[in-house]
Amino acid sequence: MPAITPEIVAEHGLSPAEYERVLAIMGREPNITELGIFSVMWSEHCSYKSSKKWLKTLPTTAPWVICGPGENAGVVDIGDGQAAIFKMESHNHPSFIEPYQGAATGVGGILRDVFTMGARPVANLNALRFGAPEHAKTRHLVAGVVAGIGGYGNCVGVPTVGGEVEFHPSYNGNILVNAMTIGIADTDNIFYSEASGVGNPVVYVGSKTGRDGIHGATMASAEFSEDSEEKRPTVQVGDPFTEKLLIEACLELMATDAIVAIQDMGAAGLTSSSFEMASKGGLGVEIDLDAVPVRETGMTPYEIMLSESQERMLMVLEPGKEHIAKAVFDKWELDFSIIGRLTDTGRMVLTMGGATVADLPIDPLAQAAPEYDRPWTPGEKLPEVAAADVPERPWGEALLTLIGGPQGSSRRWVWEQYDHMVMGDTVGRPGGDAALVRIHGTKKGLAATSDVTPRYVAADAHQGGRQAVAEAWRNLTAVGATPLAITDNMNFGNPERPAIMGQFVEAIKGMGEACIALDFPVVSGNVSLYNETNGEAILPTPTIGAIGLMPDVEQSVGIGFAAPDQALVLIGAEGSWLGQSWYLAQVAGRAEGAPPPVDLAAERRNGDFVRGLIRAGQVSACHDVSDGGLLVAVAEMAMASGIGADVSVAGPHLHAALFGEDQARYVVATADAEAVLAAAAKAGVAARRLGATGGDALAVNGADEISVAALKKAHESWFPAYMA
Amino acid sequence: MKAKVHVTLKQGVLDPQGKAVQHALAALGFTGVGDVRQGKFIELDIAEADPAKAKAQVEEMCRKLLANTVIENYAIDLEG
Repeated sequence: MPAITPEIVAEHGLSPAEYERVLAIMGREPNITELGIFSVMWSEHCSYKSSKKWLKTLPTTAPWVICGPGENAGVVDIGDGQAAIFKMESHNHPSFIEPYQGAATGVGGILRDVFTMGARPVANLNALRFGAPEHAKTRHLVAGVVAGIGGYGNCVGVPTVGGEVEFHPSYNGNILVNAMTIGIADTDNIFYSEASGVGNPVVYVGSKTGRDGIHGATMASAEFSEDSEEKRPTVQVGDPFTEKLLIEACLELMATDAIVAIQDMGAAGLTSSSFEMASKGGLGVEIDLDAVPVRETGMTPYEIMLSESQERMLMVLEPGKEHIAKAVFDKWELDFSIIGRLTDTGRMVLTMGGATVADLPIDPLAQAAPEYDRPWTPGEKLPEVAAADVPERPWGEALLTLIGGPQGSSRRWVWEQYDHMVMGDTVGRPGGDAALVRIHGTKKGLAATSDVTPRYVAADAHQGGRQAVAEAWRNLTAVGATPLAITDNMNFGNPERPAIMGQFVEAIKGMGEACIALDFPVVSGNVSLYNETNGEAILPTPTIGAIGLMPDVEQSVGIGFAAPDQALVLIGAEGSWLGQSWYLAQVAGRAEGAPPPVDLAAERRNGDFVRGLIRAGQVSACHDVSDGGLLVAVAEMAMASGIGADVSVAGPHLHAALFGEDQARYVVATADAEAVLAAAAKAGVAARRLGATGGDALAVNGADEISVAALKKAHESWFPAYMA
Repeated sequence: MKAKVHVTLKQGVLDPQGKAVQHALAALGFTGVGDVRQGKFIELDIAEADPAKAKAQVEEMCRKLLANTVIENYAIDLEG
């Protein structure tokens, strides 16, 4: 066994001070296996040591929240004895190293987080962020990640219904792959990870353990340097067909009363699953590593404990029920092995070949996990950009630039590779504001979206944090759903730099304010820090995954115009804000200024009003106004339907009115504009007649029309041409 | 000149296809088959006559396209 040198300690991501703490807890020098366990349990990924102080400030409760953060995923009540279970998690670093397998195993991992709690997965989403399109690696990464998501999700038979794809040079060396899964369970049959019952058997099920991804969890918490591409660890390879068997086997066993507790083996594999289960139950655990199914010979205790082989689960069973569980897993041709039992010693004891190979106290290790109050500095306030100082371009030319460029073009090339219809319940398909999946056998639906505008967060983390939550809420509202809760995937740079920590802190503050104002609690999440290469951090990216409930999917509306000769109504204020807008960056070539402020009261008021209109059947199409502003929103509605529109705008600055990214706004199409305007006046909501649908072209103030066909051609061309 | 390239998964990388083959063999009654690892075999006709240069060319092809060197190894045999 190797001696523990300061170099080995450093390689395990532990600071000298942290190692002192290890020595104090152990009362002796740890062996390499024990050091490995400390290392993963105290990594940022498992311990949230830099982020916990701030994450704790987020609102996590509501009457409909059954289980908030701390479990494998969040659980919310959706009525009729059912719950939605969901979470988003990053697989950023593995996807940069091996894009196909990294993204595939990201999907597999988040699926397991959801079905380990007793839910059948019903939908996946993916928020992807890549480097500049012209960067040498970007195309290869896009191709691999998208294929990996499709490869895994399609094979396992869960629809991929939505997500985001964005390009920015700050992601050149650190792409983001944030995968989200939503599942549905019965509220009286939800499974948790807290172990109980001294003497109860600890059981390993699923695939065998190999030398996959050893130290993925510590790698995911370490900054990249140029040579990390050379130090490639053994990449985890996903096997979606085994995952499908594991889903069915787990759900079948969950229908019996054999399971006391269950946890998937994700990052840090057997270590974090066994450790966390015992820790939550205040118990100890003994594991015989000879009983762990392995697929390679000569694996050391260190390798077995830190392996990140996929498609594995750990469970605690009721005593005497082992044979029931074994029969289920035999039937599904999965490994099943009783590898240990719970004890009352409060220690984790690992044996192999009859000898004790690790023996460490669980509670002190968990309690003493470092928690840092890292110094942070608030971001500088950027000046507001005056519309008068931004040159006006003809609106048609500007619109084609925006909808036909890397940011605004259609993502069809991506989502066409995903099976978004499998399971037969997808009502709202990719390309709309939020995806909508029918709750099988009912008329209810779950709406889902993922949102964040990283350039806003970079410019003003506080407003950007608010905006990310508000936009997710708006997108759910725009299909008619009642927003329920969010999962946050916090992707940031190195938190040891006060400016980065400042982004994190301020984004959390903004998010928390929006969550409270919109009754939209955080029920699960994931933190990915150290997304930097050579000191260049990514744009701060707190990705918000969110779900909402639609009482009757028949009432939902899409973004496409339903018919010609309908009135268009703008809900919310006129466009005015060009700072950080697509127009300013892509048409005027200036990525600068303060981002649009978020008025949470207006968000709430306008959104609740729009949702009411949709539920009452008063509107036939709805789209929120976000990236690109009003005209991009209307163009997207036209392209989704093939029906044209004429919109009227006035004001001193046409470009600000058309392309300003002011928040809390929607465009709705209605057969009865008078009724909508009267209702808006009564509700105190700003609204005005914007124009009408009809014809096959888009016009502004009756002039300079562009055919919808020409818009579509520009919109649909960029991605396929880029990937060709 | 002919180049024969074998591309195989690196030691320790999970091979779902090999696992499926192993399973199917067992189901068909072929007993006694342990681990199965599969890979691919590629034959290339190369214009280059100098073996050292040809080998360098094929290695470049392996690194850039034929093998995913993050998870796969390759071996090159030259003939003729």
